Amino acid sequence: MRKSHPLLHAVLLIAVALSAFPLYWLFVVATRTNDVIGDWPPPLLPGGNLTDNLRRLFGAEDAHFMLGMANSAIASFAVTVAVVFFSSMAGFAFSKLRFRGRDGLLVVLLATMMIPVQMGIIPLYMIMVRLGWQNRLQAVIVPFLVSAFGVFLMRQYAERAVPDELIESARVDGGTTFRIFWSVVLPALRPGAAVLGLFTFMATWNEFLWPLAVLEADNPTVQFSLNQLSTTYYTDYTLMFAGVLVATLPLLFVFILFGRQIIGGIMDGAVKA
Amino acid sequence: MTRLLDRLDKVASPYLFIAPFFVIFGIFGLFPVGYTAWVSLHAWDISGAQGFVGLDNFVTLFGDPNFWNAIVNTLGMLILSTVPQLVIALILANALNQRMRGLVFYRLGVLAPIVTSVAAVGIVFSQIFDRDAGLVNGMLHLVGVPPIDWHADKWSSWIAISTMVSWRWIGYNALIYLAAMQAVPRDLYEAAEIDGATKARQFWAITVPMIRPAVLFTVIVSTIGGTQLFTEPLIFGQGGFAISGGSLRQFQTVSMYMFEKAFRDFDYGYGSAVAWMIFVLIMLLTLINFLLTRHWGGRA
Repeated sequence: MRKSHPLLHAVLLIAVALSAFPLYWLFVVATRTNDVIGDWPPPLLPGGNLTDNLRRLFGAEDAHFMLGMANSAIASFAVTVAVVFFSSMAGFAFSKLRFRGRDGLLVVLLATMMIPVQMGIIPLYMIMVRLGWQNRLQAVIVPFLVSAFGVFLMRQYAERAVPDELIESARVDGGTTFRIFWSVVLPALRPGAAVLGLFTFMATWNEFLWPLAVLEADNPTVQFSLNQLSTTYYTDYTLMFAGVLVATLPLLFVFILFGRQIIGGIMDGAVKA
Repeated sequence: MTRLLDRLDKVASPYLFIAPFFVIFGIFGLFPVGYTAWVSLHAWDISGAQGFVGLDNFVTLFGDPNFWNAIVNTLGMLILSTVPQLVIALILANALNQRMRGLVFYRLGVLAPIVTSVAAVGIVFSQIFDRDAGLVNGMLHLVGVPPIDWHADKWSSWIAISTMVSWRWIGYNALIYLAAMQAVPRDLYEAAEIDGATKARQFWAITVPMIRPAVLFTVIVSTIGGTQLFTEPLIFGQGGFAISGGSLRQFQTVSMYMFEKAFRDFDYGYGSAVAWMIFVLIMLLTLINFLLTRHWGGRA
């Protein structure tokens, strides 16, 4: 092994510092009082005011922060489970089962990945009005229960991870297709499903545009609620930063637990969250 | 009987397996996209369709200075964020591609921004770029530069917004490049080394051309993302002028303009026309990128 250059480490350390600094700064401000924000030199260490800021955050009128957290948790969980399950099913079918129209449907699926969200958002809103789902949580869940990208990813994964012989032998043993999927295919797909699940969870948690369109301030998701804070309390940085900190913690937690898998997922499949 | 059921299972199951996707996606994904075209050809507000107007919405749109302003802002921030973002990612990936201690730490470190939500990034950077209380102005003051009102002008707000976009995505792009770099055969470098090529020369003459597909991928994905830029400028704006991108629309993007028309003014027909223009813009930019990257590859 070649000895690594000190300059290389210096460059990478600076890169890591710049990446991490806003996250650290977030923590510093969230634990401070408003009167020191804007001081020069800036406070570089966390202070002791976190609990007070959190109390003000959860008591903040019009922001409904607690409700926002709960809504986002429910929506992210439901969407993640559904996307992983439906994507595994469809991905398995597209890679391992033979049926008429398979290639054509796959092309349709791939083509739809090119379409930007903004394209359908106005009619989607009209559909929600028609269904009476405005300002209701199912509006941010139901349309996202499936994902073309997820199907594509799981198809690629099943291609590699599920040997044809495995399915053949399960068939010989007399299993129905669903039985084979449930007890043979799904376990084999688990690593791919984990990565898809992580990315789906992060994306749903961070969703902003659509909740802003279809929900109202009294029933927000967490990101909507943050936006509400930033319009109502835009000079109260410690309160806002406390909100950002709380909203970021679940993802930070996921990142610390599954960081390596997330890196693997990005490097494997070129995934955009 | 069992045989018949077995046969039925084989024929019908594949369709049942893909049905949830196609049913839900059809209703909430494909149908709305098609319907956008229909709505854009109508005068259509909150009370419903007011009649077919043909291409009127588009004609009005082409003469609408606010629309063109939004297009210019979107393209400006797209360039300001994508170009530095990808160049820095490329250099970073090259550094991460060396054998050394602490590799996992560095990789996780540069990827950390991905765990933040866009709304969170918007709030934090809005503070960092604050005129009075911001760190950037504090640092500029140290070198004798007077405070800049980052929110007030086109160029300054574009820089601030592009910085937060780049910050969030550099690590992600670096990992994509890194994956591609690891597939480049080692003996190419060994041969170059024997020929006396410097590290920098090897980087430009071997690494970059060899990872061209990855570069094309990131260029296209960043362009698509940049064309739809919405949350960062919206949150950066704060206050009452948020959706118009500042009091003078200095940083309003096309997506924000669509949102303003459809969900603040409730002009669904006009908003749908703007949505179509976003789609056209994405297609155009993807095509240009594709041609440019191919051309560049041809010379390398």
